[in-house]
Amino acid sequence: MDKKKMIDYLLDYGIIFVLAALVAVFSMTSDRFLSANTMFTILRQVSIVGIMSVGMTFVMLMGGIDLSVGSVGAVVCVVTAYFMVHGISPVPACVMSLAVAATAGLANGFCVNMFNIPPLIATMGVMMSLRGIAYLVTNGAPIYGIDKNFKYLSQGTFGTIPYPVILMAAIFVIAAFVLKKTRLGRYIYGVGGNEEASRLSGVKIKKVKYIAYAISSVLAGISGLLLLARTNSGQPSVGSGYEMDAITAVVLGGVSISGGKGNIWLVIVGVVIMGTLSTGMVMSNISDYVQQVIKGLVLIGSIAFAQFSQKIKEHHI
Amino acid sequence: MSEQDILLKIEHLSKYYSGVKALDDVSFAVRRGEVHAICGENGAGKSTLIKILTGAIEPTRGQFKFAGKIYEKITPPQAIEAGIRVIYQEFTLIPYLSVAENVFYGQELMKGIVIDSKEINRMTSRMCRELGIDMNPRTKAESLGVAHQQIVEILKAISQSAKLFIMDEPTAPLTMNETKIFFGVVEKLKAEGATIIFISHRLEEIFEICDSVTVFCDGKCVVTKDIAELDKKSLISYMVGRDLDENYPKPGVAPGEEILRVDNVTGNGLKNVKFSLRRGEILGFGGLVGAGRTELAKVIFGADAADRCDMMFKGKPYAPKSPADALAFGIGLIPEDRKAQGLVMEMSIRQNITIGVLKKISRGIFIDGGMEDRYTDKYMSSLKINTPSAGAPVKYLSGGNQQKVVLAKMLATNCDVLIFDEPTRGIDVGAKQEIYHLMRELADEGKAIMMISSEMPELVGLSDRIVVMSGGQSVAELQREEYSQELILGHASSKLSAEV
Repeated sequence: MDKKKMIDYLLDYGIIFVLAALVAVFSMTSDRFLSANTMFTILRQVSIVGIMSVGMTFVMLMGGIDLSVGSVGAVVCVVTAYFMVHGISPVPACVMSLAVAATAGLANGFCVNMFNIPPLIATMGVMMSLRGIAYLVTNGAPIYGIDKNFKYLSQGTFGTIPYPVILMAAIFVIAAFVLKKTRLGRYIYGVGGNEEASRLSGVKIKKVKYIAYAISSVLAGISGLLLLARTNSGQPSVGSGYEMDAITAVVLGGVSISGGKGNIWLVIVGVVIMGTLSTGMVMSNISDYVQQVIKGLVLIGSIAFAQFSQKIKEHHI
Repeated sequence: MSEQDILLKIEHLSKYYSGVKALDDVSFAVRRGEVHAICGENGAGKSTLIKILTGAIEPTRGQFKFAGKIYEKITPPQAIEAGIRVIYQEFTLIPYLSVAENVFYGQELMKGIVIDSKEINRMTSRMCRELGIDMNPRTKAESLGVAHQQIVEILKAISQSAKLFIMDEPTAPLTMNETKIFFGVVEKLKAEGATIIFISHRLEEIFEICDSVTVFCDGKCVVTKDIAELDKKSLISYMVGRDLDENYPKPGVAPGEEILRVDNVTGNGLKNVKFSLRRGEILGFGGLVGAGRTELAKVIFGADAADRCDMMFKGKPYAPKSPADALAFGIGLIPEDRKAQGLVMEMSIRQNITIGVLKKISRGIFIDGGMEDRYTDKYMSSLKINTPSAGAPVKYLSGGNQQKVVLAKMLATNCDVLIFDEPTRGIDVGAKQEIYHLMRELADEGKAIMMISSEMPELVGLSDRIVVMSGGQSVAELQREEYSQELILGHASSKLSAEV
């Protein structure tokens, strides 16, 4: 391998070294950090945003963005709770609320496809409306009294591995398969890489967009179910700001903000970095406010790095 | 010719863009198994026709008959289904997908729900072998050279069992060797009975490879003839609708003192470029696409940096750090792509013209409306920008008027050196004439003009001297009496034959 290729390789996978460096730093600043227990804590914590990040990866690879995921999570959280306290058993309640989530995704797709609204604005509008709907469903107060066993979805373990972590891992594996091996995955990359060329190749780009937004919303809905299981109550305020964490994780994972380029496996690394960062900072007694500042800097830093490495690579071609 | 022989019959097709007739009542027919050339100057309507045939745009009026079926309009999937495929002028590959993935994009071979990558790679390799091309199907499209990207487009068309291949200036970016390889591929296609519409500016190529030709001029179809009935001269006169060399204004003054001397510009894709520019002259820059002419313009204008930049402006060393710097010295650029680089499309004519001189027409922090109007009126009347109002957004103007607004913007800054990058790309013949006369008037007033042009007649007709560039170097300087298309093309490809 020549030098140029090596540099390109480092630029592509450098994020892994960032994670290693973070782990090294935190294991020095906190003696409890380096343990299997901490690892599962981190993974359990990131699972909700992690699952949202998978959907976000689909949308961003396709050249869009989805700000509505946090609100979709909240709506699914309260709607499922509502169904369950009205006597519907957990499984059909979950299925029905995921159908609601899918509808929200189609609404995003509709605004983007039919009115040609830029995704940032379209999904922002849907985000605001859905948050309102979450409050309407609950009349502003949390819904209590849901099935006690439901919390095992969040708190149960298989051996030592928490269920949410297994769920997240399974979703990543399926997503990787869809993105790399199926026609849908090819079209998502294609539409993000060159929309006009895709249209001229006969790809139904509107359909691809509908599907991508629907996938994003359904996965956000699954995160909403985990939120419900974690708090054991339907809280209309949950999940706010999660869209930002998901976008940060995806961008950290090297997905191009203009679409077409990126690797879902590195998004996991991005998600884990976010989790390691916040858990590590908590364990090292860094204040909440400082954590906010650092998260913002991470987002800016990762995009700056992406632009910089793009420039270097262009030089190499 | 009988009906069965006809693959494509165009009947009274028109396309209007907000009053501009890009295509005006065009009718002609293409026979099965022939290579049919379409030629005409830039803006004659060729690309519009292609876009209609492939479903990228809808015609305003008219219809066409393809393989026995009548279409009033067609969608991209229908066009592919019918077997119409374009090898585009701008490449339409997905940069991050591999060669094979691009070839089968939109019609992937499947094994259950999984894309059969092995088969896709195998089929692509086989097609490459059949056409005698050496290419790895796993290479990413973004790392291919221009010629190979084009070949991928052809492979894609073949894999979609195309009946009609439309090639839109396929050889424009190719070197001579690449063109040879490319023509080999075209001959093989033709031998297998493919019908090809071939669009090219290079007349030699039309005579070399085509069976018949349709000429477009100003959106109208002028004539369709077998190639045997034509010679180069008659073809040209059909294309321009008149004789070629009468239309370029001749210099009114002799060139004056040297104003810009470039001793050595290296970097940004350039290598040891040198030339000298004098007041009162139009210095043409010839060469193929990718020869480094635009890159050179950007370095002189301070928009791109070069590693080495030895230049003298009015006798003093000149090394601009930014376009603002260059403008302060008095060097202006009228860029190649006026929509992307020259104009703010949503802003009005007035706002576009004065954007570079707001400091001059402001009192304190406020823009002086009266002064802005005077500036605008002055340039709109001197450049004959024909619109009802200076408040109209420039996006509604014709290409010619847009180009004049860009020019007005640069003139307002009162530069001594003006660099025109493809000044007449995509504008109609009448507006071209006006631009030529404006450029000549500016030169006669003592300004110095650099003109980058890929249109041979324009380059030869308007330039007082021509610098030919090739592979990032300035390879020749020609005086007016030496001009010939062959000589310029020869120099233009001199540094390329060694490369891929």
